[in-house]
Amino acid sequence: MSAALPTRLRRSDRDRTMVTPEGIALPLTLASRGSRFGALMLDLMFIGLLMILTTIVLISIAGGTAAISDPTQHGPQIMHALEFLAVIWIAAMFLFRNAYFLFFELGPRGATPGKRITGVRIAARDGGRLTAEMVIARNLLRDIELFLPLVFIASASDGGDSGAAGMAALAWFLIFAFFPFFNKDRLRAGDIIAGTWVVEAPKRKLEAAMSAQAKVGAAAQETAIKYRFGDAELSVYGEYELQTLERVLRENRPDALRQVYEAICKKIGWAPGEGGVGGDEYAFLDAFYTQLRARLEAGMRMGKRKADKFAGSG
Amino acid sequence: MSNSQSAIEQAALRSDRFRLAREGDWKRLEAIVSRIEKGQLRRLSDEDVLALPVLYRTVASSLSIARETSLDSATLAYLESLTQRAWFQVYGPRQSLWTWLGRFLGGGWSAAVRAMSLDVAVALAVMVAGVAVGWLLVASDPEWYFSLVPGQFADARVPGASREVLHGTLFGNDGKDPMSAFAAYLFSNNAQVSILAFALGFAFGIPSLMLLVQNTATMGAMLWLYNGQGLLVDFAGWLAVHGTTELFAILLAGAAGLHIGRSMAFPGDKPLLQATAEAGRRASLVMAGVVLMLVVAAILEAFARQLIDNTAGRFTVGGFMLVFWLAYFFAFRGRSDGSASP
Repeated sequence: MSAALPTRLRRSDRDRTMVTPEGIALPLTLASRGSRFGALMLDLMFIGLLMILTTIVLISIAGGTAAISDPTQHGPQIMHALEFLAVIWIAAMFLFRNAYFLFFELGPRGATPGKRITGVRIAARDGGRLTAEMVIARNLLRDIELFLPLVFIASASDGGDSGAAGMAALAWFLIFAFFPFFNKDRLRAGDIIAGTWVVEAPKRKLEAAMSAQAKVGAAAQETAIKYRFGDAELSVYGEYELQTLERVLRENRPDALRQVYEAICKKIGWAPGEGGVGGDEYAFLDAFYTQLRARLEAGMRMGKRKADKFAGSG
Repeated sequence: MSNSQSAIEQAALRSDRFRLAREGDWKRLEAIVSRIEKGQLRRLSDEDVLALPVLYRTVASSLSIARETSLDSATLAYLESLTQRAWFQVYGPRQSLWTWLGRFLGGGWSAAVRAMSLDVAVALAVMVAGVAVGWLLVASDPEWYFSLVPGQFADARVPGASREVLHGTLFGNDGKDPMSAFAAYLFSNNAQVSILAFALGFAFGIPSLMLLVQNTATMGAMLWLYNGQGLLVDFAGWLAVHGTTELFAILLAGAAGLHIGRSMAFPGDKPLLQATAEAGRRASLVMAGVVLMLVVAAILEAFARQLIDNTAGRFTVGGFMLVFWLAYFFAFRGRSDGSASP
């Protein structure tokens, strides 16, 4: 049932189909590598900011504690307070590094702030429920994919003498960074382990129904009478052309309307301007769209579909 | 009402009339889903929460009908996207962190550990072998000690150190304060190491095992050192306080890595990706537990070891922890459920 659907308008090799437990095939679009990279950069930036802010706050608290109390009287207490702050700092750094991704991806949006901004989210590859284990698994792997080699490279470039180790770390980093380029679903290592993938987050507003738009009553009657197309004229086009026409009408750009109008007139053998169309392309195309859709949908109900203008008469 | 009624009647196409008649339900579902996505689940009324699965099925069936009767691609695209968004919520991670934790501690974790007992056995054998290798290497040539034991441990604890010096490293911290910052540092460090051991399993488990050997060889070398001065039992006690928990955690982390590596090398009769994903989920459950165990180990190391200054007491604590973990993983069956082993 999915073959003849809007999949005709398929744009890229990123489209996948997922079957829900109810047996409905839903189209999914994999996130582009660019948006995933952007999301990662944003998240790293946020993590970095959080770490810096926490450190600044804790240092200023520590400084304040040391300043207000007299070290000769409260020596041990100050040490305890400072030690407590150190514990908080270590715990916070650990959590920022490891729990940031977990926390956000377990939420209802299945996305970190960076992913949310770039409009992507994670989903289970098998169409089932996204579980906590999956989120944990894909984020633990991030450690060897990203943090470990980066730390290595950083320390190697500091030391200067460990060129070979630096090269090895760089190679390691590149292998994992380019992992999504070597499989068709663009999985990184963590996605493979967890059984997840990253998809574009769906968000689309419901647009007005074409045949029930503002033109009411008399005006609609008038256009319908003015532009009445015969069976032969309507049978030229199929569903693909109908969808293109719908897009042109919704975008409503005068030059595009003009072009399509002329193309259709030529195709069905009307002289442009016939019936006093001058400047009235929208009404013409709208009437044509409505009647073509009525015809094609009637055919659909009878089980006959016409995919495009090249398909046999349907 | 009459307004929308007349709009439905005026729509020229049958498919648009279908759409206008059902739009209300779609919009309501969209409103509910949008609020959940914004994290306002709690502010949703009970009716809306109950309506979510029903509306999801209504919209899903609208989509199937529209696909067969309507050529309005904007509506189809909207329905597809709405069904998908609702699907993410209906089949999304619905457990709160607390229910997940409850289930995890109440059987999920131990079930996952049992499910990879073969890997645990292999990892244990590798660790024992690592200790033996470390011991034998140093016994044959003490120079090995310096390459096996990282500098931070080799302060006073070097070959040739006197018995008094070595004894001093084990006992006599009595007067000092418990070191909570030290504990936090130990935890953070060990957790990162065990996450590494797990994640390296991705390369067919070999690096995980090498990491285990490397870490336990260090231990073997130090055991040899203390044995030379007749302090083997005391050193074992010093190690046992937190070591039974910490080494167990590292063992599990290595086993989890191995489990993934093994399922990638030998996926059995399942497709490779599916086998890997199943193993990965089980292993990540174990890893969540490993992090917990390391918290316990760090607390024991920084507090219990300083407070208990005799070997018998240290063995008691360490032995108790070992028995506790063994009983928890292998004897305790809990309310084991489907979510534990996917």
